[in-house]
Amino acid sequence: MDALILQVLNGLDKGGAYALIALGLTLVFGTLGVVNFAHGALFMLGAFCAVTFKKIITLEQIVLSKTELSPWGTPLEIRTPYAQQWFGDFGNVLIEYSVPFSLLLAIPVMLFIGIAMERGIIKHFYKRPHAEQILVTFGLAIVLQEIVKAFFGANPNPQPIPQIFMGAADLGVMVGMAENVITYPKWRLVYLFFSLGVIAAVFAFLRFTTFGLVVRAGMSDRETVSMLGINIDKRFTIMFGIAAVVAGLAGVMYTPILPPDYTLGMDFLVLSFIVVVVGGMGSLPGAVLAGFMLGVVQSLASMTEVKDIIPGIDQIIIYLIAVIILLVRPRGLLGKRGVMEN
Amino acid sequence: MSNIKNGVNRRKVLKGATAGIITAGVAPTIFTKGAWAQEFRNDPKGGDVILGFNVPQTGPYSDEGADELRAYTLAVKHLNGEGDGGMLNTMQPSNLKGNGILGQKVTYVTGDTQTKSDAARDSARRMIERDGALIITGGSSSGVAVAVQALCQEMGTIFMAGLTHSDDTTGKDKKRYGFRHFFNTYMTGAALAPVLKDEYGSDRVAYHLTSDYNWGYTQQRAIKDATEAIGWRTEKTVLTPVGQGDFSQYITPFLNSGADVLILNHYGKDMVNSLTQSIQFGLKDRQVNGKNVEIVVPLFSRLMAQGAGDNIKGILGSANWNWSLQDEGSKAFVKSFGAEYGFPPSMAAHTCYVQTLLYADACERAGTLYPPEVIKALEGHKFDGMGNGATEYRAEDHQCFKDVLVVRGNANPTSQFDLLEVVQEVPRAQVEYDASIFGGELGPYEVS
Repeated sequence: MDALILQVLNGLDKGGAYALIALGLTLVFGTLGVVNFAHGALFMLGAFCAVTFKKIITLEQIVLSKTELSPWGTPLEIRTPYAQQWFGDFGNVLIEYSVPFSLLLAIPVMLFIGIAMERGIIKHFYKRPHAEQILVTFGLAIVLQEIVKAFFGANPNPQPIPQIFMGAADLGVMVGMAENVITYPKWRLVYLFFSLGVIAAVFAFLRFTTFGLVVRAGMSDRETVSMLGINIDKRFTIMFGIAAVVAGLAGVMYTPILPPDYTLGMDFLVLSFIVVVVGGMGSLPGAVLAGFMLGVVQSLASMTEVKDIIPGIDQIIIYLIAVIILLVRPRGLLGKRGVMEN
Repeated sequence: MSNIKNGVNRRKVLKGATAGIITAGVAPTIFTKGAWAQEFRNDPKGGDVILGFNVPQTGPYSDEGADELRAYTLAVKHLNGEGDGGMLNTMQPSNLKGNGILGQKVTYVTGDTQTKSDAARDSARRMIERDGALIITGGSSSGVAVAVQALCQEMGTIFMAGLTHSDDTTGKDKKRYGFRHFFNTYMTGAALAPVLKDEYGSDRVAYHLTSDYNWGYTQQRAIKDATEAIGWRTEKTVLTPVGQGDFSQYITPFLNSGADVLILNHYGKDMVNSLTQSIQFGLKDRQVNGKNVEIVVPLFSRLMAQGAGDNIKGILGSANWNWSLQDEGSKAFVKSFGAEYGFPPSMAAHTCYVQTLLYADACERAGTLYPPEVIKALEGHKFDGMGNGATEYRAEDHQCFKDVLVVRGNANPTSQFDLLEVVQEVPRAQVEYDASIFGGELGPYEVS
């Protein structure tokens, strides 16, 4: 039972990342009708906002020692972070909490990247076939990851977890069980709640704001909204930027779990597309539901008891579920009639 | 009759013919040592000796590949008499004079393995067929090493392997034209197990997470055999996909498995991720069977340790070499490399540098570049002063035998490079094994 609970938690946590990426993908597809294969790269760029922020605040003053030598005979470099020199103890707090603080950097950066990507490249492909959209966005993803590799190298870049979120929380004790029966990493719990919070914020934004109302109307009937004198293209461009921000924030908070490297986006992209397809193309609730569902199913399939019966099932379960759902419900779990059917 | 008149008779003709045969057949081997060198692929014929450096320049191991390339560039400089000479000054015995190889200047071409067997074979073939490379060397993967080594055997080109740790490279897939200076998984197990016994005791239960490919299998087998020999029990071995990313679903079954040691048979990004996530699951704060839970990473590299950050602190593993070693060879290499690039070399860089010098020295000793003779010069060659103590290239399998390092993630690093501390230099005798246990055939010296 405890193993089952732990795997469900793993699945929800992983599902949080899938859902956030799939949510952005669906927003872009639902508003602009573009199949954006560069969306995984936006997740990766978000993660590298955290890397960049940490690099900036850990920039060091280098003083060459006059007395000590390095092992290769050059004067020893004595390094002191500028943040410590300038801000004292707050500098250390900045370094320790670099991941949460980098959310503040990621929001404007990702918004700018999203809007620039849409205005600079993707808008030229609105009326082109989906195959061409896939090719151009996939090419863009490769270019972005090579740029990141050129700047940051190929090795993973570890990011710190704030001290209070280090280690594992004993969830079992909280519900009256014995010690160490159900323990789970605190940061993963933070990530789970963070992803739920972002998902709720996106839905609330679309549901309870005038901007969201217009966007939802545009998603249903773009022509009619345009005929009412509303510049729907401008709003859709902003939605692309918001989708980029959602992916970027998901990437920032994931960095302590998975030290990011340039391949991070591609690792998540394929699974996220499956999530979108299973959830139903263009359906935001479907993307979220499928994200969490597939995350949990994938984790449960990794249980020793399951793998002892069907070896290797953990590697194919998501694809198997996708095939079954698409056979039973060709439009996905919550897909609407007419989406990508012409 | 006129022949008789001129003093030419049958006896003189026979004498002359015999002398001619002897002159034609023997004299070249006396006066023109290496004349057979006219018959081999990419003979520079007095021009530059071209070395082919086949390293990952793109892909997940490109940082390690870049470090290998730095070491090769340095080795070429030293061979040509530039720079401070590095290990040319400490290698014993040495026939290298700093005037290239056999007096011919050394140059190089590079290829990108991409850490993919097909791509690595293509780039090796291109360097041999188009660029005139006399040898191929480098790489950061056993799969690539085995694939390129087989190609080199077919083409009659010597392959000096880079970082490859699987037993198969010099075991079942060994080749006459392939040589490995790096250690292997058997040696890791043999070196690490006694230290594990000293540190964690002999009553332990191990749980393995293993990368699902060739290197992972041999690493798991080696560590499992070695730890069971010291009294440990193996609770379970679980294969994990390469490039998994999130290992949480593989770590959670360990929590309630009853095992008290988690062994991560992972390398590269997989190692970084599985170790980082294991620490986050609080494994090092847990107790099972009344003992502290421990994590072991059998193969460490400093470059990978950088990716794991603080999570590596206190974790035991093994390494082929570390820049903190204080023997004369290591110090000379670190000094040269550090002065050139501003940071210390990785163990991948070390093995590549040493391989280049060993090849050059073998050519000097053989007096030719002709591959079969160079191979014979390398086989059974004993040397010292290159960072691992007294070393031998065993003739039976082309595996180098030398001391192996057991290392631990440094709890108090003094710099960003001071990530591993050497716990023990395990003597060569402790990691030696019979060449026949892994099977395989070296194959012929001469290839058509």
